[in-house]
Amino acid sequence: MNADAIRAHLRRRDRWSILEIAFWLALLVVIFAIPSRAALINEALVAGLFALSLDLILGVTGVVSLGHAAFFGVGAYTAGILANAGYDDPILGLVAAIVPAALVGFATAPLLLRGADLTRLMVTMGVALMLGELANKNAGLTGGADGLNFSVAPLFGRFSIGSIGEGPRNAALFSLAVLFLLFTIARRLAGSPFGLSLTAVRENRLRAGALGVSTSRRIIAVYTIAAAFAGVAGALLAETTQIVSLDLFDFHRSADVMLMLIIGGAGYLYGGVIGAGVFIVIRDVVSAATPEYWEFWIGAMLVVLVLFGRERLTALVGIRR
Amino acid sequence: MTASALEARGLVRRFGGLVATDDVSFSVSPGARQALIGPNGAGKTTLINLLTGVLKPSEGAVLLEGRDVTVVSASKRVQLGLARTFQINQLFPDLSPVESLGLAISEREGRGWDFWRPAGKAEIVAEIEELLARFGLETVYDQPTRALPYGKQRLLEIALALACRPRVLLLDEPAAGVPEEERHDILAALAALPADVAILLIEHDMDLVFSFATRISVLVSGRLLCEGTPAEIAADERVRAVYLGEDAHG
Repeated sequence: MNADAIRAHLRRRDRWSILEIAFWLALLVVIFAIPSRAALINEALVAGLFALSLDLILGVTGVVSLGHAAFFGVGAYTAGILANAGYDDPILGLVAAIVPAALVGFATAPLLLRGADLTRLMVTMGVALMLGELANKNAGLTGGADGLNFSVAPLFGRFSIGSIGEGPRNAALFSLAVLFLLFTIARRLAGSPFGLSLTAVRENRLRAGALGVSTSRRIIAVYTIAAAFAGVAGALLAETTQIVSLDLFDFHRSADVMLMLIIGGAGYLYGGVIGAGVFIVIRDVVSAATPEYWEFWIGAMLVVLVLFGRERLTALVGIRR
Repeated sequence: MTASALEARGLVRRFGGLVATDDVSFSVSPGARQALIGPNGAGKTTLINLLTGVLKPSEGAVLLEGRDVTVVSASKRVQLGLARTFQINQLFPDLSPVESLGLAISEREGRGWDFWRPAGKAEIVAEIEELLARFGLETVYDQPTRALPYGKQRLLEIALALACRPRVLLLDEPAAGVPEEERHDILAALAALPADVAILLIEHDMDLVFSFATRISVLVSGRLLCEGTPAEIAADERVRAVYLGEDAHG
């Protein structure tokens, strides 16, 4: 052991491994290879970004949430309302969605500092319920129960991301680019001293505090960042489907995104993206065969994963995290 | 007169009707090797929590190098130079010793909010290397902490506190639960702690207390019974009475 070995150990996850590069290239290839399923791929990529944002708080920092749809919905409605008002540039919509989502995250994060996990689950769920009802009540702005239908300008003034022609393929490429950009930021963040302190908060909050880490402020900071990420995911879904409705705030969205993260594995950032893909593909394949009962298989998978442990399953097929 | 490294002034802590800490005043000089002993239930843990800021006192004050820190948060007190270890290991099971120490040093250096540059700054790496060597953790430097032998975990517990570069270090039963064959490593590590750091050792083990401390305070039922050199404490009839029947030769 020497200084080089220590630095190499600290930075062992900094370098992009071949497997990672292959993973991102594969996503790109899939979009071009099966353009007929571009809409489904787009949905999986957006869900992957949403799950990545949950991973920052749940997997990395160890703060549970069953109300992550709150920020997804806020972001989606921000983009939707802007587009509806004529500010329909897709990139503008994404950037604009960051602000309100992050603000709601920042404002509600202090509610998560006390109490046990159950308290956090209930508080986050409550916040999502409240925001959903706010959107319902302010129908003048949000369209209420009808939601909003709108159209979005072509990307860079050239590439349509609508549902016609090459629109779905462009939309999937757009989502992949945004996902990759935010993933890179999350990856960088996780490997920084700040990211290390978040892991320390997850692993032992008492000791983290005893080493001088202001644990409450770190939780508020990461929750705000995760909310911003979720807001971008919501805006991305709004722009690529060109519709927003109240179900964006629904409990099932918060629950599904947690499911995706658990399926893919929490805490190493790729879990959300992989889990979202698995979830959406299973839903597509199984629901084609048994439209009413597809969640049976998702449920079965969850039970197996949680009971047997991902480590043993991945070791079985020789995948290393 | 130079300020004490750490001083308690008339500390009182009540839990409902129970007085867990009852008007405790004492001070630790800079660079001191002091011990705090007392039978089970004497209020040692409450006193540590009051000193480190985990609990707020009902009455009284805590001074760190002459500065009143009674209302300062626990994490801020660490930044001001008061670090502690825990009787029951409080480590980061999934992090390696390198990562744990890197975290502690980064926080001390105020880099804890740096979310963009990767970990592994040269000065920090050098300091990690030095601490690993000092505590005999070189061979397990990249192992997850949960896989370390118990004795190594105990050493990491102390190394982490020292990585905060404290002026005052509270050691809460550092040898607790360590098997006989690994005990020597802990004792050696304690003996090699920097001379300018004031150390308050909270301990049950009388062999360790008498070999380490030059000054001993005895806490009984939340009150300070007496203070003195090891020889004075060993000769004190009241201390003998308190420890009668306990596994001690005080």
